Amino acid sequence: METKTTDLAPLGPRGALKRETAEGLQYLTFSLAGEEYGIDILKVQEIRGWAPVTKVPNAPAFVRGVMNLRGAIVPVIDLRLRFGLETIEYTKTTVVIVVMVQGATGNRVIGAVVDGVSDVLNLQAADIQPAPDFGTAVHTEFISGLVTIEAGMVMLLDVDRLLSVEEMFALEAVRPSEPVAA
Amino acid sequence: MAIDIGQFVQTFFEESFEGLDIMEAGLLALSPGATVDLEQINTIFRAAHSIKGGSGTFGFREVAEFTHVMETLLDRMREGRMPVTRDAVNTLLESVDCLREMLVAAREKSPVDANRVEEVRERLSELLDAKEAPPGDTGGKPASAAKSPSAQVAGWRIRFRPYPQLMHSGNDPVRMFRELADLGELTARADLGRLPRLAELQPEDCYLAWELELRGAVSRDAVAEAFAWVEGDCELEIEPLAGDAPAPAATAVKAPETAAVPPPADPKPGGPREEGQQGELMLERRKGEDRRRGDRRASVAAADSGSSIRVGIDKVDAVINLVGELVTTQSMLSALGEDFDMSRLDKLHEALDQLDRNTRDLQEHVMRIRMLPVSSVFSRFPRMVHDIGGKLGKQIELRINGEQTELDKTVIEKIGDPLVHLIRNSLDHGLEPPDERIRAGKPETGVITLDAYHKSGSIFIEVGDDGRGLNREALLRKGLDNGLLRAGEEYSDEQIYDLIFHPGLSTAKQISDVSGRGVGMDVVRRNIQDVGGSIQIASRPGKGTRITISLPLTLAILDGQLVSIGQDCYIIPLLSIIESVQIRAGEVNRIPGRGEILRFRGQPLPILRLYEMFGAEGAVTDLEKGLLVVVEADGRQVGLFVDDLQGQQQVSIKSLEKNFRRVAGVAGATILGDGRVGLILDISGLIRTNNAAI
Amino acid sequence: MAKILVVDDSASMRQMVEFTLKEAGHDVTVAEDGQVALNVAKGKASDLVITDVNMPNMDGITLIRELRALPAYKFTPILTLTTESATEKKMEGKDAGATGWIVKPFNPEKLLATVNKVLG
Repeated sequence: METKTTDLAPLGPRGALKRETAEGLQYLTFSLAGEEYGIDILKVQEIRGWAPVTKVPNAPAFVRGVMNLRGAIVPVIDLRLRFGLETIEYTKTTVVIVVMVQGATGNRVIGAVVDGVSDVLNLQAADIQPAPDFGTAVHTEFISGLVTIEAGMVMLLDVDRLLSVEEMFALEAVRPSEPVAA
Repeated sequence: MAIDIGQFVQTFFEESFEGLDIMEAGLLALSPGATVDLEQINTIFRAAHSIKGGSGTFGFREVAEFTHVMETLLDRMREGRMPVTRDAVNTLLESVDCLREMLVAAREKSPVDANRVEEVRERLSELLDAKEAPPGDTGGKPASAAKSPSAQVAGWRIRFRPYPQLMHSGNDPVRMFRELADLGELTARADLGRLPRLAELQPEDCYLAWELELRGAVSRDAVAEAFAWVEGDCELEIEPLAGDAPAPAATAVKAPETAAVPPPADPKPGGPREEGQQGELMLERRKGEDRRRGDRRASVAAADSGSSIRVGIDKVDAVINLVGELVTTQSMLSALGEDFDMSRLDKLHEALDQLDRNTRDLQEHVMRIRMLPVSSVFSRFPRMVHDIGGKLGKQIELRINGEQTELDKTVIEKIGDPLVHLIRNSLDHGLEPPDERIRAGKPETGVITLDAYHKSGSIFIEVGDDGRGLNREALLRKGLDNGLLRAGEEYSDEQIYDLIFHPGLSTAKQISDVSGRGVGMDVVRRNIQDVGGSIQIASRPGKGTRITISLPLTLAILDGQLVSIGQDCYIIPLLSIIESVQIRAGEVNRIPGRGEILRFRGQPLPILRLYEMFGAEGAVTDLEKGLLVVVEADGRQVGLFVDDLQGQQQVSIKSLEKNFRRVAGVAGATILGDGRVGLILDISGLIRTNNAAI
Repeated sequence: MAKILVVDDSASMRQMVEFTLKEAGHDVTVAEDGQVALNVAKGKASDLVITDVNMPNMDGITLIRELRALPAYKFTPILTLTTESATEKKMEGKDAGATGWIVKPFNPEKLLATVNKVLG
């Protein structure tokens, strides 16, 4: 696996994303199925405990339903299912991270169910490595970078992509079940 | 001290656009040749006058100049010095359009089409020239301006002898002297010669005269100006003082500003423009005109739409009162809360009831603020009918009813285009040319009616004409050709007319009374459905067509019936519910290709098993154990099978699309009383899906 | 600080004049046509009346005549707002009893200067 520095990162979605995160930023990390992921904290609106949601008919399985967030109707996504993993029973530590996602038609507020929230990381651009082309639990399209901390590796997610309506309802799999197409 | 009048510019634009509408309506109402309705012309004149004054004041010189020419023409008309001809009216109508464009350009600070402005102005000038030798008033400046310019002299000797009645007009010589004193050094000597004996003195008359000397580098004009108002009420002589050489330096004296609005451009010596040529010019312009006018109005409207709404004071007052009541109720509850025990439960209920009423009322009244009369949409049609009718050579009368009917602002904005389309259809295809009408035994003038009214919680808008009606046979053929209808089947008139709404119906052979803007009708229906409305066509061959559009009263609030389906709770709009029934054994037929049908009051009623459609868990599946809610939309009925009814609630509708996306069968979402999200069913959509599935 | 009655059927003109005069410390009453103005005048004296000429319900010229018939307004300065630089319009106002005129368009400074001149 080649290690590329920021300067020499190739142009392309990942490269562009890396330049965006070049300013020292904070990431909220959470755990999901034994892996650690991180989201740009500026995109995190709030964190709530799990509460029952209203089902939406004929929605994909990973859309659990919609919830009332102080009067706004916010869809709640089960990230495990979104990642093509098995879902688990929700417990007291299950949390919903409410995220502000930037889309083509404007900003959306979306809730994502995760196993638990871990920490807030302060990172510098130099700490972030490009995601590997294969071997990750999540399709590299949605990963903006990789960070190694004492506890292990954290995959930084591009939530705008991951939770975009287009992506979610496209037929592409989130998990690379086959070798990644070019 | 600089005073910024920019804050009033917005008002100026608003009232000017309104003024233009008034002018247009007034011009359309003028019947050329007939006895002139003086009041009507006065109204048009005043509107132009206001726009001229305002545009001058706020610095829009070109607008002021252009309007001045219009105003002059209108002035002559109202004084009877110029006949009201069709040409004049049409030219004025064009000028109104042009002026509208100029105002939009002024507001948006964008460039205006100078050629067009010039063109229209020339035509106005021609009318002014041709009908009457223009008296010298258009460029007249006060005679004094022709006199010597500001000569620098040592001063002036002024002999001022007011006539006795000078003070009756509120003028006071002392004021004038004060003004002169500001200009230079003033000495005055009174002449008491004409003062009568005290007994004969009229206290209100002026008997005094004065000789004044004003020293300083003052222009004659400045001196004259001080006496400008009393010119006819006195004897006035102004002579230069013999004295020192004139001071060369510039003075602080202001030059009089009497002619603030420059006279309009001299009318070009009427370049010989043949009648025919002019007629052609007008026709060519007309080609893109309708769209342009639509654009223009749209741009006026669009610029307005996001920014503001005009609200009647009465609506605001009503809301203020209700808020007052709400505050009272809140204090009541607050007091109860402080020291509450079960013995005061009744009072609590009372207060909560009141709160319920207050909130409902407040809600209703606030929604009304967003409601505007449909006239804002209807107002463009008289002009459109006038122009297109003229172009097509058809005599058409447009009758409008119920313009004051109010609709939510958003709905109003969205139905404009569909209505234009429908009226154009009537104009182009529905109504016959005069000779054909006469042959058919109809009056020469065709009638288009535009009605708006409230009924059972919705707003209805009807567009009707007394023209040819739809050609059922042709439609049937087209339907068969396009495979939308099956051969050998019986179809009702309604079903056949409904074909009009199918996209692509007209892309094949054109049928004159059906197509025209054929690709438009499906868009029309979609636009109407997008705001939660529906559209229906009725027609009688040879007699005419009537299109009925129904629209929700408001987009944001709904009376809902809660129903449970499994573990989920859905909301059915109360207005769409006909009734709820329990299904008994043997009442249901299963028809292959059509699904389950209930015999309901002699009619076949399709049954929708919502739990199946929505994938609900734990729902009642036995038709006899649940409840069938019969609903209606777009003239069709269907039965929705649910577990049970839960209760009724007035809910405010929120869109799912903001954070999520549109879901089939769901019109929106709301927050229920217990804080949960409830999904509101899209009855029209469900019925359509059901039909499509068959 | 004077009591001024401003009459004009154009809202933007009314607003502009009212604002300008109020900024200068005057007490301003506005009316949208001659009839309304006359009703106001019957109940309240003014130090100055500024009126447009072309208005619905009652035009400026008629208003001036009516005002002059009121004892309280016999000598009150009345100015007409006119866009005509032609003499006849100004004279029409004078014939009806107006004190003078202000020609539109005018800027706020000119308005104030004229008002000051008239009020002394």
